[in-house]
Amino acid sequence: MLRIALLMLFRDRAKYAMLVSGLTFCSLLMSQQAGVFCGIMMWTTATLRNISSPVWVVDAKVQQVNEIIALREIDVQRVRSLPGVAWAVPLFWGLVQARLPDGSFQSVQLTGLDSASFTGRPATMLEGQVEDLRLPNSVIVDQVAVEKLQQKGIAAHIGTTFEINDQEARIVGICHTERSFLGQPYVYTTYERALQYMPSQRKMLAYVLAEPKPGVSPQEVVRQANALPGLRAFDHPTFFRETMIWYIKNTGIPISFGTVVLMGIVVGIAIAGQTFYLFVHDNLRYLAALKAMGAGTAKLVGMVLLQAFSTGFIGYGLGLGLAAIFGNAVLRNGTPPFYMPWQVPVFVGAVIALICCFSAAIGVAKVSRLEAAMVFK
Amino acid sequence: MSEEVHAMVCLDVVKTYGTGELAVRALKGVSLEANFGELLMIVGPSGCGKTTLLSVICGTLRSDGGTISLFGKTISSMPDRDLTAFRARNVGFIFQQFNLVPTLTARENVSIPRLLTGTPYARAQQDAAEILGQVGLAGREESFPSQLSGGQQQRVAISRALVHQPRLIICDEPTASLDSVTGQRAMELLRESARHADRCVIVVTHDSRIFHYADRIIEMDDGLVTKTQNASDYIRDHPHPKSHV
Repeated sequence: MLRIALLMLFRDRAKYAMLVSGLTFCSLLMSQQAGVFCGIMMWTTATLRNISSPVWVVDAKVQQVNEIIALREIDVQRVRSLPGVAWAVPLFWGLVQARLPDGSFQSVQLTGLDSASFTGRPATMLEGQVEDLRLPNSVIVDQVAVEKLQQKGIAAHIGTTFEINDQEARIVGICHTERSFLGQPYVYTTYERALQYMPSQRKMLAYVLAEPKPGVSPQEVVRQANALPGLRAFDHPTFFRETMIWYIKNTGIPISFGTVVLMGIVVGIAIAGQTFYLFVHDNLRYLAALKAMGAGTAKLVGMVLLQAFSTGFIGYGLGLGLAAIFGNAVLRNGTPPFYMPWQVPVFVGAVIALICCFSAAIGVAKVSRLEAAMVFK
Repeated sequence: MSEEVHAMVCLDVVKTYGTGELAVRALKGVSLEANFGELLMIVGPSGCGKTTLLSVICGTLRSDGGTISLFGKTISSMPDRDLTAFRARNVGFIFQQFNLVPTLTARENVSIPRLLTGTPYARAQQDAAEILGQVGLAGREESFPSQLSGGQQQRVAISRALVHQPRLIICDEPTASLDSVTGQRAMELLRESARHADRCVIVVTHDSRIFHYADRIIEMDDGLVTKTQNASDYIRDHPHPKSHV
């Protein structure tokens, strides 16, 4: 009888199309918006994903990775003096205007690495090598910089030069980075050269990156660093989490996306619920005939549940597929952000299941109250 | 009236709809029996309780009093679950509006009673195709109800009522939606199916043109059985402007 139930559903094409399209739209809206939301959240943590370090030490007032309150140079030594620290290096990180060969300006994310260890180096080099940063006036740019230069008709390659604060910067390598929240290209150089590029200030050190000694956990180093006055330390996962929580708490991003997701749920419930109600209502006479012929209430309820959930499953799959196509397309362009962790399909699936439960409940309520004798009326 | 010799026995069956001042006593103590191999017709004016009696006999409606036995089993005291299973195995239905599921083909519609008794899908479809062939619908198995004429739909409905070899066939106004010739053909099929030693057909009808297909006719009025006669005697006593032939 389950096969009969599916045939009854699939062949009622108008209602079936309405049901599936409603649930597809709902699934698409939720997964696409959740994907963009997660993408934005990932952008906020781009620095943490581009610069690898087990322990980050920052100013005591810093709450998230994109908030820069400069440290003193001596703070590197203070961190190095901690008993659990194997080594600690400075990292410069700041926004600066670069003047391009055509005379236009482009804001870039200047990252100054420790020249001895290159700690925080880009994970993926597309051209050149990090060690070439030891050459005079050398910088490594990311693929975003190459794209932005290409948009201005400038072919960026090793040897191309531009200016930062009237000083020459020569590209010696091209790397791949995760896109930053504000979308500026990453420009890597040495810590010392970054300080030369930037207008001089009393304090210019953004982060101290530290490595625990063998056998010492990052959490222990964090505990030790937090005991130092004026400093605050995070292990990598905590800094990642704290950054996302900060954006969730302090920006309108979650409310904005949450509202759209909520609209998706409401639209899904409205369309699917109403259409399924109509579907069951229109078939009530035939369901009563089945009941008279010997289909028990449990069997009829099973048929209704199968109809509701098979529609939900198909709508869910289509919506998720469309969201994946959207995501694939926008990932090529880089905007808007898109990231779909496994939690998104699970969440969307759960919501669709909930909508199906709601829709099925309407049908089940009608079927449960169904009098087989109505078929003679 | 021994239960062993009768296919169906109703004893003092009572059914009331509503309560208090709005209560309507549809059946006021109906007693009747149907024999094996018999085509029994229940006739009477609208609102006399025919359909209620039919519903109570087949177990789709519970009576408020009295007992109903089918093939020696007292269904009036049977639990719902058992009654549903009993109906699936023993009762075939032909409804006034046919009630063929419009989104299922003739073959799929006919296969439903077999599926309800647990027959595998492929076997049920095969059985349905066979019986459709027997009622002259070979080649129309894949047609949807909307693609069939009224007479063809009725034959599909008859096939659905017979496909699982039920012992009781319940027909509610089986010719109401059919023209005279098609109605006669449908009744011939039903009468033929009633000619089994272990089967009984009960027909509720207003259509005097089909009275002569009955073995016995029971007349009801105001919730009571007022007359039980052989069909020939009933037709003789109730001449109709349009011949009963």
